[in-house]
Amino acid sequence: MSSLLRLATAGSVDDGKSTLVGRLLYDTKSVLADQLDAVTRASVDRGLSTPDLSLLVDGLRSEREQGITIDVAYRYFATPKRSFVLADTPGHVQYTRNTVTGASTAQLAVLLVDARKGVIEQTRRHAAVLALLGVPRLVLAVNKIDLVDYDEETFRVIAKEFTDHATSLGYEPGSVLSIPVSALVGDNVVDRSERTPWYDGPTLLQHLEDVPVAPDPHDAPFRFPVQYVIRPRTPEYPDYRGYAGQVAAGTVRPGDEVVVLPAGLRTTVESIDTADGSLEEAAAGRSITLVLADDLDISRGDVIATAAQAPVATDEIDATLAWLSEKPLKPGARVLVKHGARTVQAFVEELSSRFDEQKLSSVDNPETLQLNEIGRARVRTAEPLPVDDYAVSRRNGAFLVIDPADGTTLAAGLVGAPLPVLRNERDVVSPGP
Amino acid sequence: MTTLEAPATDAATNNLAALESEAIHIFREVAGEFDRPVILFSGGKDSTLLLHLAIKAFWPAPVPFPLLHVDTGHNFDEVIAFRDHVVEKYGLRLIVASVQDWIDDGRLTERPDGTRNPLQTQPLLDTITEHKFDAVFGGGRRDEERARAKERIFSLRNAFGQWDPRRQRPELWNLYNGRHRPGEHVRVFPLSNWTEADVWNYIAQEKVELPSIYYAHQRKVYRRDGMWLTEGPWGGPRDGEEVQELSVRYRTVGDGSCTGAVESTATTVEEVIAEVMASRLTERGATRADDRLSEAAMEDRKREGYF
Repeated sequence: MSSLLRLATAGSVDDGKSTLVGRLLYDTKSVLADQLDAVTRASVDRGLSTPDLSLLVDGLRSEREQGITIDVAYRYFATPKRSFVLADTPGHVQYTRNTVTGASTAQLAVLLVDARKGVIEQTRRHAAVLALLGVPRLVLAVNKIDLVDYDEETFRVIAKEFTDHATSLGYEPGSVLSIPVSALVGDNVVDRSERTPWYDGPTLLQHLEDVPVAPDPHDAPFRFPVQYVIRPRTPEYPDYRGYAGQVAAGTVRPGDEVVVLPAGLRTTVESIDTADGSLEEAAAGRSITLVLADDLDISRGDVIATAAQAPVATDEIDATLAWLSEKPLKPGARVLVKHGARTVQAFVEELSSRFDEQKLSSVDNPETLQLNEIGRARVRTAEPLPVDDYAVSRRNGAFLVIDPADGTTLAAGLVGAPLPVLRNERDVVSPGP
Repeated sequence: MTTLEAPATDAATNNLAALESEAIHIFREVAGEFDRPVILFSGGKDSTLLLHLAIKAFWPAPVPFPLLHVDTGHNFDEVIAFRDHVVEKYGLRLIVASVQDWIDDGRLTERPDGTRNPLQTQPLLDTITEHKFDAVFGGGRRDEERARAKERIFSLRNAFGQWDPRRQRPELWNLYNGRHRPGEHVRVFPLSNWTEADVWNYIAQEKVELPSIYYAHQRKVYRRDGMWLTEGPWGGPRDGEEVQELSVRYRTVGDGSCTGAVESTATTVEEVIAEVMASRLTERGATRADDRLSEAAMEDRKREGYF
């Protein structure tokens, strides 16, 4: 039985990210012969002696012409152990917007650095965004190791610097791994390199295959946004009433005591239904239909949660916003907030700080939040929402900020301040105003 | 030897269970947020899988959407018979937009090459407008093509049905933004994260019924542009194109004039999976015609207006 790992890649321009992704696809034989022929022909046209694997992944015509990646692209490859969904995020244009998007669903992120340059400012910023979005594990691929003559010391220095940075962002050392690779030649990507005898860790693919898949912790409190009420009213099921949704966090079993929010009504779970039959238990990520013991007034947008540890519904959310729109945010802006399956009117009461990505510091009371900026804000909603802290639940702690006029997604919203740097970075790094 | 996936259990540990739960979540989101969704349904394997997932998403209630088939008139009889059989079996409502009607009343003109794939877009958009459909489910997958790899699961289309890759909304977590203005609609792709191998493994696991032409059968075919074509309402062999009887199957099903068959002896889903896996593992040694064929057939589907 193979499992699924969702991962994201991030790197600066010219770190060779497309080549690394191309190498993973090529070496796991996820590329069909005709695709490879096309790449080989294009490479020969450009005067190259070996296939330029980056051509496998740059999809839009303008990307191939300019040799850059514009938008998040999704790639698929598989080994007998695991299937992989890879969100390939470009490093230079709108990197926050793209990294936030790719990281939001990732269970692991691969960051690239050029071994000749080491950890640069953008590496630190990428890592900060990945930490903010709660990506559980990081891999640093120290690429182009062939261009530093496979030098162990160079690798050690880069690995240590990165691990220290990741630790300062809240990562445990055990969830960060650095690997010396050459995407171009193939060292330590899929096959172990004989040119790095001093490296005894796994290759990149081995690590991706073996790393524990960590969704929300199994013992996290149960959260279930109701997406749809199923009422067949057919001769076979005249009185059936089930609440359809995907488990956002924790697990549920028949007999569990639950509370329906925001109304606060209590009942118990009678059964967990699927088209394949009833379940004894359902965990985070599973789409199910809940039948409850009591006949309550429940509709789309309500959240069913474990009664023992229910979230508190609030109409004032202290949040971190990653601003994704060219239209800047100003305090007082009227927006829509989509949390779980509920969309409510809201306005941004106060913009309390902005994360300065250049200095990795925070600025108090900014006037606006511009495209690709991250800041803290107080959001007032028209109806109370049963949110958790993002640090506790990536699903129930997340929301979208939407433009009511044209429906554009304006921001990624995270309840609370999931990143230490947003709380006190000013004291750590900033040279001051 | 082929091993099948174990039945879907835990989304955290089973690839197919995770993909199934994701697709069901998407169907339910659309049912909750849109007024008039519709499922594009041709009777082909991806749209059959789409319908299978929709049925599971709303069980034990019936699927709350109608089906729409843009009919080129160049279909395989087996596929149309299968389409009608499925509609009957599940008590669904099917809307058929016939390209022939658009040709008959002059809104479309037959192309000199006789292929009708490019003619499907207008009937599709006209029907979306006429029925005020605001969400249109398609079976597109991101692994099919490089540009598709960048399309969102909820893909906003303007009044002309156009996709603008540079103005896509970021898609975060599992929170889908389906807001649109009057005249716009959203194309929804619940199978975005599935690969061809996932589709076949799931079809095997769920015992999903497919049109018979997906499995090997004897058929009279002729060679054109590196493809094995068959005679039908769209025409037949030209002078010098020799007809042979071979054991073939179809990897995709579209307009008969340009959908080619592949030589195959795979008569069961397990044997098809073995072929799919083998063709993935094949690099240069593969029969070039087979690979070129699959690429062309995919391109066809993309052009069908389903994207």
